[in-house]
Amino acid sequence: MQIALLKATALFYLVGAVLYLYFIFTLTERGARVGRMFLLIGVVLHGAGFVARYFAAGYTPITSLFESLSFSAFAIVCVFLGFELRYNLRVLGAFVAPLAFFFSLVAAFLPGEVRTLAPALNSYWLPVHVILLFFGNAVFAVAFGAAIMYLMMEKQLKRKKLGAIFKRLPSLDVLDEINYRCLTIGFPLLTLGIITGSIWAEYAWGSYWSWDPKEVWSLITWFLYAALLHGRLTVGWRGRKAAILAIAGFCAVLFTFLGVNLLLPGLHTYTNLAG
Amino acid sequence: MGQIVIVGLNHRTAPVEVRERLAFPADTIGHALRGVVEPRGISEGVILSTCNRVEVCVLADEGFRGTEAVREFLSSYHGMPAKELSEYLYHQTGEEAVRHLFRVASSLDSMVLGEPQILGQVKDAYGYAAEFKTIGPVLDKFFTKAFSVAKRVRTETRVANSAVSVSYAAVELAKKILGDLSDKTVMLIGAGEMCELAARHLLSAGAKGILVTNRTFERAVRLAEEFDGTPVRFDELSSHLKRADIILSSTGAPHFILKREDVESVLRVRKNRPMFFIDMAVPRDIDPDANEIDNVYVYDIDDLNNVIETNLEERQREAARAEEIVAAEVAAFRRWLESQQVTPTIVSLRRKFEEIKAAEVAKAVSALGADDPKTRKVIESLASSILNKVLHPPIASLKRESDGRSPMETVAMVREIFDLPEEEAEEERERTGDAPGQGGSVGSP
Repeated sequence: MQIALLKATALFYLVGAVLYLYFIFTLTERGARVGRMFLLIGVVLHGAGFVARYFAAGYTPITSLFESLSFSAFAIVCVFLGFELRYNLRVLGAFVAPLAFFFSLVAAFLPGEVRTLAPALNSYWLPVHVILLFFGNAVFAVAFGAAIMYLMMEKQLKRKKLGAIFKRLPSLDVLDEINYRCLTIGFPLLTLGIITGSIWAEYAWGSYWSWDPKEVWSLITWFLYAALLHGRLTVGWRGRKAAILAIAGFCAVLFTFLGVNLLLPGLHTYTNLAG
Repeated sequence: MGQIVIVGLNHRTAPVEVRERLAFPADTIGHALRGVVEPRGISEGVILSTCNRVEVCVLADEGFRGTEAVREFLSSYHGMPAKELSEYLYHQTGEEAVRHLFRVASSLDSMVLGEPQILGQVKDAYGYAAEFKTIGPVLDKFFTKAFSVAKRVRTETRVANSAVSVSYAAVELAKKILGDLSDKTVMLIGAGEMCELAARHLLSAGAKGILVTNRTFERAVRLAEEFDGTPVRFDELSSHLKRADIILSSTGAPHFILKREDVESVLRVRKNRPMFFIDMAVPRDIDPDANEIDNVYVYDIDDLNNVIETNLEERQREAARAEEIVAAEVAAFRRWLESQQVTPTIVSLRRKFEEIKAAEVAKAVSALGADDPKTRKVIESLASSILNKVLHPPIASLKRESDGRSPMETVAMVREIFDLPEEEAEEERERTGDAPGQGGSVGSP
């Protein structure tokens, strides 16, 4: 049931991705409009699959790599749709939709059986901790996309060679504002995610902080975004510098999320490939 | 049968002195339109008059010398000898005329390719002809079609998408750098025609306000009044610079009036809020090195011209795609025109009634339950004779010429009353191998 829902979701993301790519190449507005509808339907199905799995498993299904990838795709599409409502960000759909498709496709092929939950994970803190962090990551992913677009656009404007990208991307001002908006949403989510994790660790492992690799890397990520937020608010960092930091920050997010599990064994190694 | 004729002149065929002599001002257009449709062979007429072109489009009866009639009208109306006039005029008939109007409305024939005003002007011309009742079913359909072709060209190609003048390029860039202009301030340094024009465009694109400075303060005050802005003394320039997001500069200064360090220090005060410098002065006013500072963009006149150049190239590429759309629409319109001819109309009228007859006869025979040849024959001949008597007046009316109404109007009316499908003529021709438009309108002389 949930696997079937996930496959349907992947299909909607795929059609959405094709439509957004069609939009970006031909600048046909309708491509983006219909693409958004497909993403919207996809995300609703995705949410339904998530709920179905919650009842089937009896716990919040964000514990294996399969579930994590699937939930990441869900969160990214949610955040993207939210931002698209407010800003003219349709171009980003051409990046987000393929990514969501890829994640849900990979997830659909990973071992997806419901397993017995490790006793340490069986807690009310699980949904709070992981949902906060996954949505934080999704917001940072949108900031990452906007930062890449900013750098592409800025390069064209500085070199005064205005090509195809110039016509398709939003203004520098909007891209920079998205960077800031994402920071003000993502940073509190990340902070709360780390705090709730630490409280849960006290219950589960008897210690608030045990310098496990995942904890260390999330702290590094936290410091990067804290530096960016501080720079923006006090010194007026913006534009290129802010874009570069947002990219660095997201690299740290990715490493914390995936790299640590694959390379650095520790207490958080629930989500390795073996499941 | 009728034929579409366009006679006119434009910026390529006639100098401005001639164009202004032949223009039709809006307040006299009713009188002129009535003059156009006065000859007995002309049933519909539209006049398009802009500063770059004057065109008269008419529907002339088949065999009527429509082109000459319009030429004579232009010559006598404007009091210009026909011989002198003829070297400026071009004329198109039939399919060429259709293509011509479609291209004009889509701005493919304009001086600046893709400029947006022409469609509105064509719509005005149509509006006048409708107001003074000189337009009929054919030109009505023709102009309405031209509007939809222009819309297709606009939405399906990028022929009008990018700025092709310095001042519009400045606005386009400002929007891409600064986003929404409604909270942005413009500063105008020095007086230069191009800068003033760009400032005007920026303000109409929504910029919040304008600061004006000049070496002679009186001049700054005067200009500020004109723009509804604030004058600033030239020696206080640097202290006001921090308020400006877009700086337009064209002084006669022999050296840079803003050096890289100046811009850097202003930016620090502004907490890095971006600045866009447009330097139209030669020699330049603003140190081009300032462009290397983050969040600062400096464009000089050459940069802007390069942007325009690229945009024009894009428009030209897109124009080729637009011509394809026009060609397809011309073909579609030709099919419609053909279906408006008398012969195919009579054929489809007959066919429609024959179909009704066959169905009704079959129904009657089966209701009687006695399918013997005699009954069938009686019913069939009854139906045929009713059919012929009913069809006689409309067909006679279609065949009769010149009863005060144009044959096209009769065709349109018959088609509407009997609900005949539009593409019928095309199928008919394919079926019978008939040549298109016999007694035809399109493409002849």
